[in-house]
Amino acid sequence: MTNPSPPTREGEFVVPPDEVPAGRKTTGRIILWAASLLLVGLALVQTLYAAGAIAFGFATWRPVLYAYGVWGVALGVGQVLTRGEKGYRALFVLPAALFTLAVAVFPTLFALYIATLDWNLSSVSGPHFAGLDNFIQMFHDAYYWNALGNMLYYLAAVFVEYAIAFALALLLNAEIRARKFFRVAFLLPFMLSPVAVSWMIGKSLMEYRFGPAARLARDLGWQTPAFFADPWTAWLSIEAMDAWMWIPFMVILLLAGLQGLSREVLEAAKVDGASGWQAFWRVIFPLMLPVSITTVMIRVIFKFKLADIVINVTSGGPGGATDTVSSFIYRVYRDRSNVGYGTALAIFYLVLIIALLLFLLKWSNRFRRNVT
Amino acid sequence: MAISPELDEPVVVRDPMRTARVALYRLLVYGGLIFWAFVSLAPIYWTVSTSFKAAVDVTRGHLIPWVNFQPRWIGWRSLGLSPNTIFEVSTPRAQFISRFENSTIVAIGASLLALVLGACAAYGLSRFRYRFGPMRNTDLLFFFVSQLILPPVVLALPFLVLYKELALLDTHIGLIFVYTLTVLPIVIWIMRDQFNSIPMDLDEAALVDGLSVWGVFYRIILPIALPGLVAAFILSLVLTWNEYFFAALLTATNAKTLPVMVASQTGSQGINWWSMAALSTAAIAPLVVVGIVLERYIVKGLATGAVK
Repeated sequence: MTNPSPPTREGEFVVPPDEVPAGRKTTGRIILWAASLLLVGLALVQTLYAAGAIAFGFATWRPVLYAYGVWGVALGVGQVLTRGEKGYRALFVLPAALFTLAVAVFPTLFALYIATLDWNLSSVSGPHFAGLDNFIQMFHDAYYWNALGNMLYYLAAVFVEYAIAFALALLLNAEIRARKFFRVAFLLPFMLSPVAVSWMIGKSLMEYRFGPAARLARDLGWQTPAFFADPWTAWLSIEAMDAWMWIPFMVILLLAGLQGLSREVLEAAKVDGASGWQAFWRVIFPLMLPVSITTVMIRVIFKFKLADIVINVTSGGPGGATDTVSSFIYRVYRDRSNVGYGTALAIFYLVLIIALLLFLLKWSNRFRRNVT
Repeated sequence: MAISPELDEPVVVRDPMRTARVALYRLLVYGGLIFWAFVSLAPIYWTVSTSFKAAVDVTRGHLIPWVNFQPRWIGWRSLGLSPNTIFEVSTPRAQFISRFENSTIVAIGASLLALVLGACAAYGLSRFRYRFGPMRNTDLLFFFVSQLILPPVVLALPFLVLYKELALLDTHIGLIFVYTLTVLPIVIWIMRDQFNSIPMDLDEAALVDGLSVWGVFYRIILPIALPGLVAAFILSLVLTWNEYFFAALLTATNAKTLPVMVASQTGSQGINWWSMAALSTAAIAPLVVVGIVLERYIVKGLATGAVK
């Protein structure tokens, strides 16, 4: 994900100790306390109102959101007033931290709560507590396990994508003419929207009557070029589209890494009499390993989110062969309005992702130590 | 496959074997390059050209304009964007323009917000030592970057419910918040490594000259980190402009974005290929232009820091 080495130059500037007068400190504390009180008070009133305990309150929770914003500002001001120079430094990280807390951490916790509810948006009765029922139901859901199984194939395909991307990056890094043209051409698929690609490739280029890809396949001797009819071809077609869009991104990262390699090392390898093939495996590949691991990790993370193309081209079919976890959960939301169950599936998926990524991180570190 | 061909170049003795090998090597390199360029560009060419084709040209598989089909504005007319309809009132065009505006507002808004939040946080993490409870710099960095792994499906439903309570469903600002979250980890990741590659001496010299920490950041360091900023901005733009999952769930009429519009037309229009092609072309055109114009910044911005 990022360089595992700790920041090498976390610096401490030589700043004259900033004496904060006692009065300023008190003002800062008062501001922070007032804002906290406002936030807690508003949240409390709104909770009671929503629960029906009191008669006054707001139509929506929006004021609580505003209060959170005010509280954030007060926290920043308070930091500066009470801690002086150190407060100014805290201001760099504070906005991003508060934003992430509000928009990522809080909704994730909320998702944990929703996952324990039996909540169907189309039923009138509203949500009620169901404990672990959703998770028990999940273990008997063959479609979900099928989607999880498919994800393994999709993940395995990342290594093929990586190999292709590495070859392309090497080609772009070679002494070639029209480099600018090739670099732009290779990049373009990454700029396209998956939904547009679903139509451009999935629904028209691969259309079995008139699509050029189907025509080409017929010329090559495949009599019935139906790309989305049998499970394996359908899976391969979806994977090909996804790879087509994401290989450019891997190429960019690997190319940036290749350009960072020092010329001396490469020339030393050449002087040693290594052939191009040997030079690659003995010098370039080991040197590129950190970049490669970063690239594969990022690609894996985005592979876990694969949904748009599947939703728009096959809806998971035929027989669930192309289904991803995300596209399956999307259908649980859309078709069955089953909020609690869908969220439970998503939470379980998140746990699996975290476990797998931690394993990959460990494994790649060991791999790196063995190779270099 | 040889890696740095200029090492092959200075041939002192012209022996035919070697010349043959160099020729073969060139053939392989250019063959590979041209093949992949074709793979990359063919679908785009197909889409753009189809938007100018009549039904008969589509079904017969005519590919080359003016040679085997006569380009017509047929796809663009259905969008109200052809020369003879551009000045007339057109419902499809009005709809398309509103979706286009929504996408523009949301993508640029989210990318800018992520850039501001991310650049500040990245600079802080690169330069100062923090302690928030048990969390130190590396933990903080991990906290920010690890948000990248959250799959949209985990957040989609909580957002649907929360946004309903906050009256943020189907609004630009609601979508901007979600999109900012999805790209913030990438921005922080790129920018921190970018700042790490800038020597601290610069900061210290500017501090001695009497600038405040924020002055140093804004006036001295940020301009130097411009390639990284541009790279982070482009990546954010790509991911937010093309996002479909959240947009499909969180927008209805007001804030509907282009991908949602494209997706909804895919099913309904069946064989009406030229208008789908025109719509797809219009949806991908802005980023294709961005890609062509700003391509060099992406590799440059990533090469200075992120992948080293």
